Amino acid sequence: MFERIWRASLAPLMAAATAIIISSIALIISGNDPIDAFREMWKTIDSTQSVVIIVNVSVPYYISGVAAAIGFKMNLFNIGTNGQYLLAALIAGWAGAEVSLPPVLHVPFVIIVAITVGGTWALIAGILNVTRNVNVVVSTIMLNYIAIGISAFLLAEFFRDDATGGLVANTKLMPDSARLPALNPIFELFGVNFPPNTEVFGFLPFAILLGVAYYVLLNRSLFGYELKLSGMNPAAALAAGVNPKRMVLITLFMSGAVAGMIGLPFLLSDPSFLKYGDAFPTMLGFTGLGLALLGRNNPVGIAAAAIVWATIERATQRLGPIGIPPEIGKILQGSFLLSAVIAYEVVRRRNDAAAVAAAAAATHDLSDSSYEPPENLSTGQGTGAPV
Amino acid sequence: MTTTIDAAPPEATNGTSFVHSARFRIIALVLVGIAVMSAARMIADNPDLSSSGTFGVGLRTAAPIALAGLAGLVAERSGTVNIGLEGMMVMGTIFAGWWGWEYGPWMALLGGVIGGMLGGLLMSLATTTFGVNHIVAGVAINLIAPGVARFMASELFLDVQGGSVTTSPGNRGEIGAFTVPFLSGGDLFGWQSPDVLGWFEDTGWFMIADAAGFAKGMTTAVTWDVVITMGLFFGIAYLLWHMRLGLRLRFAGERPSAADSLGVSVHKMRWIGMAMSGALAGMGGAVLVLFSNRYQENQVAGRGFLGLATMIFGNWMPAGTAIGAGLFGYAQGITLRTNPGDLVRTLLLAAAIALILLVIWMLVQRDYAPAGTVTVFAVVTMWAYFAAQSPNNQLVFITPYVVTLIAVSIGAQRLRPPAEEGIPWFKGMQ
Repeated sequence: MFERIWRASLAPLMAAATAIIISSIALIISGNDPIDAFREMWKTIDSTQSVVIIVNVSVPYYISGVAAAIGFKMNLFNIGTNGQYLLAALIAGWAGAEVSLPPVLHVPFVIIVAITVGGTWALIAGILNVTRNVNVVVSTIMLNYIAIGISAFLLAEFFRDDATGGLVANTKLMPDSARLPALNPIFELFGVNFPPNTEVFGFLPFAILLGVAYYVLLNRSLFGYELKLSGMNPAAALAAGVNPKRMVLITLFMSGAVAGMIGLPFLLSDPSFLKYGDAFPTMLGFTGLGLALLGRNNPVGIAAAAIVWATIERATQRLGPIGIPPEIGKILQGSFLLSAVIAYEVVRRRNDAAAVAAAAAATHDLSDSSYEPPENLSTGQGTGAPV
Repeated sequence: MTTTIDAAPPEATNGTSFVHSARFRIIALVLVGIAVMSAARMIADNPDLSSSGTFGVGLRTAAPIALAGLAGLVAERSGTVNIGLEGMMVMGTIFAGWWGWEYGPWMALLGGVIGGMLGGLLMSLATTTFGVNHIVAGVAINLIAPGVARFMASELFLDVQGGSVTTSPGNRGEIGAFTVPFLSGGDLFGWQSPDVLGWFEDTGWFMIADAAGFAKGMTTAVTWDVVITMGLFFGIAYLLWHMRLGLRLRFAGERPSAADSLGVSVHKMRWIGMAMSGALAGMGGAVLVLFSNRYQENQVAGRGFLGLATMIFGNWMPAGTAIGAGLFGYAQGITLRTNPGDLVRTLLLAAAIALILLVIWMLVQRDYAPAGTVTVFAVVTMWAYFAAQSPNNQLVFITPYVVTLIAVSIGAQRLRPPAEEGIPWFKGMQ
């Protein structure tokens, strides 16, 4: 067990060390003291408020990572999660504010709208792939920008709340019935004391549920098996009776559906949003691609990656006043990601080579007898037969 | 207009070889294109649609896209799928903003090339040497580059007059421009030559004025960075198809194992390809910096991906990439004109006419299924033309992507990417 954890965390730890070294070099070049920087970063995150912020920020990151991972697992690179979530958040935010429903129905309604929009948008890429053989990377990139353009157009022309004048454009505020309550009371039961104006957003349980569902689907269901098989060996999957076109369509729909949920923590539980508008975060989909890579498409790994990402962001927020550029956080994230990607690949190749060597060692006697003995050949008795 | 439609379809009965040649098709397509634009301009009574000014701006907005497309082309021809173009362009912008502010516009261009090349080499380290999946590495580069740019900007521009974390203080001087004498009235040793194309443009004649407007736009006040961009297209095309290095580069993308068996170092070729790709993308970033005269955060705004689209639209060929970049640059350029709303509407009309012609053409060819898809797009475009009261720039923003998506879905079978691009290669692989 411990060896397994150690093995899985070796590459990320190496990558983290590399990232810290690279960022320190960047800090030294720019004339700052890395020790000061890291001490200040630790001081910033060492509070209840920071932990709550990190958890809240990492929830959409996590969902975004899972959305990307579903596609990655099948070697379908859904680069378009960004467009999928923006379009879904816009339409879900608009639809959620337009209808009036009891609370038990309102939240599911918004979630279903978001899932449907995100999934359908991703499905376009799937349909183009199975009917017209269009590469998914290409079509999702195009659909990304089309979705961004369409959502800006729809917001400006149709979904805009006319009450907000001037240059600001956003949808109407969600009614209270669509509001997920903060989770503070639950944590207070365990003796956590929250500073004022600090709340754990209510979407967190949904994200955890999503992770569990992803894990179960992938590792405990026939569909998950077929999905992994299609990703690892399409030819074997086809031979085993898996319909590749069906897999492409379902996978892209699911990936897009989860991507559609990325904006929901803001719509349903973040009191500073509760609507879609100009201030809405726009790059979460791209971040999620990186997190899926960092977390190796594994739900626990992605969660860890999302928390690391949010932690770095939070930690660097107060570097400005002591004269260190907070942008060092971006260097930290970037170098961590690239070195992790490289480290995984190196470790994978080494493991593959080790597996080949082990297999060769296990069949050593067999291959020895079939190829080595020269006397068998010289006497002309069957060349390939093991003795 | 009807006359040109009749002239256009090459399949029309007579089977001489010229009618079936690629050259005839291109000429016919260009004529149809001019006719469509001219018709739309006349119907909507908006001469700015095909004025030299609009084409001139279009050329300048096309240049960064074209460079990104060319960068993608070189990378993919040498076997690396380069999703990281966007990031490399960002690296180009920050270096160009820095050197342009410190040393002037020409050094900005060089800085962009170097910054982008760093991005390309970083990606090559992952993809070529360590064999990381190319999409994965490209995604990583795209996430890293904005961070590096922001860090550098905060270090370089934050405490400077006129600078901030998001903008450089501005370039030292302009790069200068060039106007062709006799055609567009450029200076010749201090003497102002006649402006022939300008005269034709002013006549407003059907098709002739539009063609003259296009030609004048291509030859009037073209900045030197754009001139170099145009030259690079010929240069790269010559390199790839007429020089030994180019052959080897393409060999590494088509059949790495065969290339290796003939003594070509696949890894070296892919490193060179990525260095060139990064340099070209970075130069695209520098062109953006020269256009706005300063570095601005997010000024790349998806042009790297657009370049990728352009390259696919152009079927991994320089000429096609240039045409795609021209189309997309034009679409972006009109949003910068004085009255973009009217221009966008007129362009929608032109697009609707072109799509209807495409549907007719497909029906003649009996491609019924894609014709149905295109009909939907034609109807939507037509609807947008009539419905849009205040045509939104966002609709123009998405056109290049929609056009590429249509082109790819219609022509995916005819597109031919390099055979073994995107597959990490190591010695001993088959």
